[in-house]
Amino acid sequence: MDFTLSYLLEQTINGITLGGLYALVALGYTMVYGILLMINFAHSELFMAGGYVGLGVLKLLSDPALAKGGMSFLKPIQSFFNSGTVGFVALIAATFLLSGIVVGFMGVLIERFAYRPLRHAPRLAPLISAIGVSIFLQNAALLWISSKQLPYSRADGTSFVPAKTAFTVSGVNVSTMQILIIVTSLLLLVFLDTFVAKTRIGRAMRATSQDRDAAGLMGVDINRVIALAFFIGPALGAVAGVFNGMYYGSVKYNMGFIPGIKSFTAAVIGGIGNLRGAMLGGFLLGVVESLASGFLSNAYRDVIAFIVLVLVLIFRPGGLLGEAVAEKV
Amino acid sequence: MPTADSAALAVKGIGKVPPKKLALYVAVALLLVMVPTALQAASGLGFLVRILVVVGIWVLLALGLNIVVGYAGLLDLGYIAFYAMGGYVGVLIGQTVSGRLGGGTYWAMLIPAALAGALTGLALGFPVLRLRGDYLAIVTLGFGEIVRICLNNDLLGLSNGATGLPRGVETITPPWPSMWLQDNVRFPTPIGEFVFGPNLFWYFVVLLLIIGTIVVIRRLDDSRLGRAWVAMRENEVAAAACGVNIRTQKLWAFSLGAMSGGIAGVTFAYVQQFISPESFTFMESVFVVCIVVLGGMGSIPGVIVGALLIRGIPDLIQGLMVAGVIRLSGDVTSMITGYRFLVFGLLMVIMMAVRPQGIIPSKRRALELRPDDARVLAEEDQQLWDTEHRDASPDDV
Repeated sequence: MDFTLSYLLEQTINGITLGGLYALVALGYTMVYGILLMINFAHSELFMAGGYVGLGVLKLLSDPALAKGGMSFLKPIQSFFNSGTVGFVALIAATFLLSGIVVGFMGVLIERFAYRPLRHAPRLAPLISAIGVSIFLQNAALLWISSKQLPYSRADGTSFVPAKTAFTVSGVNVSTMQILIIVTSLLLLVFLDTFVAKTRIGRAMRATSQDRDAAGLMGVDINRVIALAFFIGPALGAVAGVFNGMYYGSVKYNMGFIPGIKSFTAAVIGGIGNLRGAMLGGFLLGVVESLASGFLSNAYRDVIAFIVLVLVLIFRPGGLLGEAVAEKV
Repeated sequence: MPTADSAALAVKGIGKVPPKKLALYVAVALLLVMVPTALQAASGLGFLVRILVVVGIWVLLALGLNIVVGYAGLLDLGYIAFYAMGGYVGVLIGQTVSGRLGGGTYWAMLIPAALAGALTGLALGFPVLRLRGDYLAIVTLGFGEIVRICLNNDLLGLSNGATGLPRGVETITPPWPSMWLQDNVRFPTPIGEFVFGPNLFWYFVVLLLIIGTIVVIRRLDDSRLGRAWVAMRENEVAAAACGVNIRTQKLWAFSLGAMSGGIAGVTFAYVQQFISPESFTFMESVFVVCIVVLGGMGSIPGVIVGALLIRGIPDLIQGLMVAGVIRLSGDVTSMITGYRFLVFGLLMVIMMAVRPQGIIPSKRRALELRPDDARVLAEEDQQLWDTEHRDASPDDV
């Protein structure tokens, strides 16, 4: 493989795109971990659910074949979403919004029924419960939706977001989809960071993650804060799931697993519990993985990603931006 | 004569066991021997013995992980790597020496497989010594995946990639003289036909391995090492302050736990006569963790029950349907096959909500201090109140 600057640039841009997806999913892991100190294993399945719900919304709002019989009320709605640039932008926005909301509520439900009863249980109990939820969701998608790979495209087979080149940097094409992913993920990260840092409920979240009982005594409604974390995290995961479907062109019931463990790795590299850390870890892991697969070996990309994780943790056991954990005596 | 002395001691030892307990032990031992033998003899039920063999291998795995998770309190999500190392090393070395050792290869390979497991455990242990809690979990997860990917990509040209071992026309030498036990051997006896076959053979091998492992673990539990693990699990800093060498204890836990995994791995390879990276995915690691937690961390009976439920029941349902013991229409069969994992996931959630401490919790762990436990907190508050008010004279109140 010849080493050229444009190839390096291309791989870096691919890596940043991938990193944006990792960062969005990693935020969900890190928020839940920061507040409840648990690995939400089901998060990767919520990412998958986001992909499916997004596809469903897109089909409902744009596929004329679905607007028949009892569903004919969809016709005027579809004609709006299928018309021109305004309709297209509205379609994409509605997809992200709806899948974020639906999956967000799924997250809240999961917390309510699978994790809340276990808040005072031994530490590994919620982990096992989360694995149970994950197995359940994956098999539900397999049984009730499809065991096959579903194409993420319109009825006529074209992709929802056309694979157009947005601009070219020194011979490297950057697609609209890549720009969309990178910009959206950065915007969401800035928004979330401001939300947690500046608003009242954000302060309640920080207080809860520092000391749940003390925050409760100060009048913070712990259950609401936790439910909110379980709404925002999965909603961001769903956005990443829709992007993943659009970018790679398909969804499958087991698509969440690999991005899930990678994103958790990203959250740990950045310092788990730290929002900016999750973002940094996500982009770092994405770029490293993309460069490794481009220049070293595609088969060993995951190995390289995990070696980076081990190296980071050996030299900074708390992650890149994590605080040094003081040993409590 | 030392042997006579020890025999006399053993007899004395049996005499010391309360008669009720002794009767229980004898009954369990009889059941463990009789039930599979009867199943093997009954026509069409031999597959149940096969399931018991698979479950037994998982009991070995879970017993090993129990040392790491249950005793030492270190969450390992890549435990399957040790299983894989044991299996691959056992098969690779076994194939080179099988010409000389013949049917004895399997027995000889238990040692390199156990060593391979233990050394892999140490290799994982060293870099992660400083990590704790969930950082450890994610690194072990990564380690498990690294091992699997390397095997899958045929890193050193030894593992034969995704196809697995043995390659092509090669075979794994079974632990019996060739042709003798390839099929069931029948012996007529006064009470009925006694059928001995590969499944029953492996059943007794696995049973012996499990008993051996349990004896070792129970002795460890009562040893200095076992107490050090408990201390470390409860509070690392306090244990270190009391003179427990955390590094050494963690490495012991990792390597001893991994050793059991290695033994399970080589046994699995020889039972299956085949080994491939497919058997060593992250989900398998998750299943072992589930067995330990669902059964009851640190509890040997719990781990055994956990393995029976998690590995045994799905296979049992499948096996009974395949064998035609349960006759159902095609639709129902495919529904059960499809839904068994969905229901399994749901049951895990329900189990944790109902019994988070596991099916058979460890007695020792139940005595642990848990800061989240409301009762413990209330007691502490009361003590604090008492201490604060003890010194105050009655006049002040």
